[in-house]
Amino acid sequence: MLPEYGHFALILALVLALLQASLPLIGALTGNRALMATARSLAAGQFVFISLSFIVLCALFMQSDFSVVLVARHSNTLLPDIFKFSAVWGNHEGSLLLWVWILSLWSVAVALFSRQLPLDMVARVLSVMGMISIGFLLFSLLTSNPFARQLFNVPAEGADLNPLLQDFGLVIHPPMLYVGYVGFSVAFAFAIAALSSGRLDTAWARWSRPWTNIAWAFLTVGIALGSWWAYYELGWGGWWFWDPVENASFMPWIIGTALIHSLAATEKRGVFNSWTVLLAIIAFSLSLLGTFLVRSGVLTSVHSFAADPERGMFILIFLFLVVGGSLTLYALRAPTVASRSHFAWLSREFFLLINNVLLLVAMLTVLFGTLFPLLMDAMGMGKYSVGPPYFNAVFVPIMALLFVFMGIGPSARWKKTSALYLRGQLLTAALVSVACGLLFPLLLGESYSVAAALAVCFSLWLILSMVVDIREKTRNAVNLVAGLKRLTRAYYGMVLGHVGMAICALGVCLTSQYSVERDLRMQPGDIAEMAGYQFEFKGSKKIQGPNYAGERGLINVLQNGELIAELKPEKRRYFAQQGQVMTEADIDAGLMRDLYVAMGEPLANDAWAVRLHYKPFVRWMWLGGLIMAFGAVLAALDKRYRLKATANNKRAADSAAALSIG
Amino acid sequence: MTRFKLFIPLIIFMLVGAFFYSTMGRISEGDYDPQALPSALLNKPLPHFALPKLENDQHLVQPKDLLGEIALINVWATWCPSCHIEHPYLNHLAKKLDVVIYGVNYKDENKEALRWLKNKGNPYRFNIVDAQGKLGLDLGVTGAPETYVIDHRGFVRMRHQGPMSGAVWTQKFLPLIERLQQEQAAHSQQEPSKG
Repeated sequence: MLPEYGHFALILALVLALLQASLPLIGALTGNRALMATARSLAAGQFVFISLSFIVLCALFMQSDFSVVLVARHSNTLLPDIFKFSAVWGNHEGSLLLWVWILSLWSVAVALFSRQLPLDMVARVLSVMGMISIGFLLFSLLTSNPFARQLFNVPAEGADLNPLLQDFGLVIHPPMLYVGYVGFSVAFAFAIAALSSGRLDTAWARWSRPWTNIAWAFLTVGIALGSWWAYYELGWGGWWFWDPVENASFMPWIIGTALIHSLAATEKRGVFNSWTVLLAIIAFSLSLLGTFLVRSGVLTSVHSFAADPERGMFILIFLFLVVGGSLTLYALRAPTVASRSHFAWLSREFFLLINNVLLLVAMLTVLFGTLFPLLMDAMGMGKYSVGPPYFNAVFVPIMALLFVFMGIGPSARWKKTSALYLRGQLLTAALVSVACGLLFPLLLGESYSVAAALAVCFSLWLILSMVVDIREKTRNAVNLVAGLKRLTRAYYGMVLGHVGMAICALGVCLTSQYSVERDLRMQPGDIAEMAGYQFEFKGSKKIQGPNYAGERGLINVLQNGELIAELKPEKRRYFAQQGQVMTEADIDAGLMRDLYVAMGEPLANDAWAVRLHYKPFVRWMWLGGLIMAFGAVLAALDKRYRLKATANNKRAADSAAALSIG
Repeated sequence: MTRFKLFIPLIIFMLVGAFFYSTMGRISEGDYDPQALPSALLNKPLPHFALPKLENDQHLVQPKDLLGEIALINVWATWCPSCHIEHPYLNHLAKKLDVVIYGVNYKDENKEALRWLKNKGNPYRFNIVDAQGKLGLDLGVTGAPETYVIDHRGFVRMRHQGPMSGAVWTQKFLPLIERLQQEQAAHSQQEPSKG
């Protein structure tokens, strides 16, 4: 009966979603406060039932109930418990349920943390989120029911989870990514609510900011985790592939970044109103597009779930309704009057505008590269596949340009800045970063790498410009500590965001430039020399895991005769899944470099084909990602979002009064 | 007019959406198969690998061992029914037409592969053991048999899915290989010292 309870809870959640989408909206349109007030409880109710359904599915996986088709296909009794749990979202149906559950989590969070919002705004926002929820619940129930049963011929054993997914990184990567993806639905709902109510002022931008920041932070962590997972799990040291599904998560991230900056300008200066709304719509649309690309099978990718045209058609129709509907609303309701505030060429507004344009172009190049094979085939131009060379060639220059402006932007003032002032502030930083950039490759490599020089130059520029700005902001304080204390969390968040970006870029560029790898045939006792380290192969022995058997090699790493690491890479053959073979690399991780060892094929005389990697600075890219995400969260926790509460309550009362009059 | 500008995002989206719709239609009618991409390596060098030789597993084969001549790379396995069908023709190509063929023994048992070659004849210059299918993954193999054409620089120039036959050879492979031979000739004239 348990699966049926889960199914039933999901149907009830759909009923509540229908109510949540309609009642509060009717209330907001007719000025009926009782109806508006249903929004919060309906969101809570929906959350309870989707949670129930999700818990049931988890329980079915933990109990290995193979009468449920999904469990039989994606789990196995030998699977360790933690992977039985993560198997819930290691497939299309379960991950969709996770998606819906996270949406309901965001809805309930909006319901809880929206006391400072006018009630009609809460009603409209939650109504929009209810509409999105209807779509995904229907999608789950009609095309991808996770609780479908096979009551005859119940298999005695399940098919097991893909060994690639049996990994801790994959336990947390999808939930993080989904929290980020789905989190953009909040900014989207705020934008639609503001459009439909006609109150597209600075207030909606302030409400949206913390939500957008948090969603963006999760998406950042999710993408970083995915990259980290690919690095250690796929066994050959790659960390980004420009795969369609990676791009699908990267595009909302790029637009989310633009949105965060544009929201700042809209809130502080009341400029770019329509543009910011459009970005909020695009960010969430790209999240939906990602869902479509992954689950419809129009593109090939290592990530794709089992594709099904019926599902693809469903999401496409849904995409038409949500994106088409919201863009129509945008076209009809977005304000056409130019903003009252003006800004000069040299001003922070202007630099934020450049930031937005560059990020939009970056997103479009990624979108173009992702869809290019489809486009060419449709036009009968033949089959293509677009790989890293295209993306690197177009994406890297755009980012470099962005970095130049990222350094100037924070020092520029709102409205108008003099060129002289900017030069006085930043000239030293520019000269120092260029000098250090040029010198850096001389210290590190035997051959001079221009790319590394540029990377250091641009990243250092970004960091130094932050230092300059902090010094400027604390200039008037009694002493530095007092000055630092006075700076807001939002400001520190911005600093961390930019510094994190610089660190991430350094990691990406330097590891690409200076990595060394070698493939060797190693017999027990063989010693290989690479990048100043000696790798001694001690041999391998048989191992037995819960659902696999394999061999584990032992490689001692020495530096100047001193043992610094014992690496134990593994080769595993999983029992289920037709004996799929997996390479488990072992890594000696460090801030400055990773030593990465993977076992290739067994050869005669106890020898193995072994792959050795030396990867300098590789950790920096994920570290940078974490710093950025932390910065975004810090900014979202800024005091002023809470201090304004009292002022907002007053405004809410005012607007409610205005509503009842109108 | 200003209002009209606001419709631009909607129009763009509608175009993209219509494009997706037509793609979905073409997939369901079988006109478009996203899986049937050519090798991602088309006109690119062979991926890096270091895999044992079937005939002598002391020796690790690397891409540089396949350079210098226009050659076929044939992905095969003893468990693959179509490989039985194409094998006699591969023998014919190698023995009668002097075509250079390297084998990739894909997800197979070494012992059985060696027995197969002993019984059925060996058209291959040598075989690369790809027991885990890693090389296959890098090449974009979706199932055996598949045959790739590489030029003398080791660039992948064509991918053929399915068994090799006389018809396939004359229609698909021969024209390309003749062109590649001309290319190679032109190339070696430019660099006589290396030729």
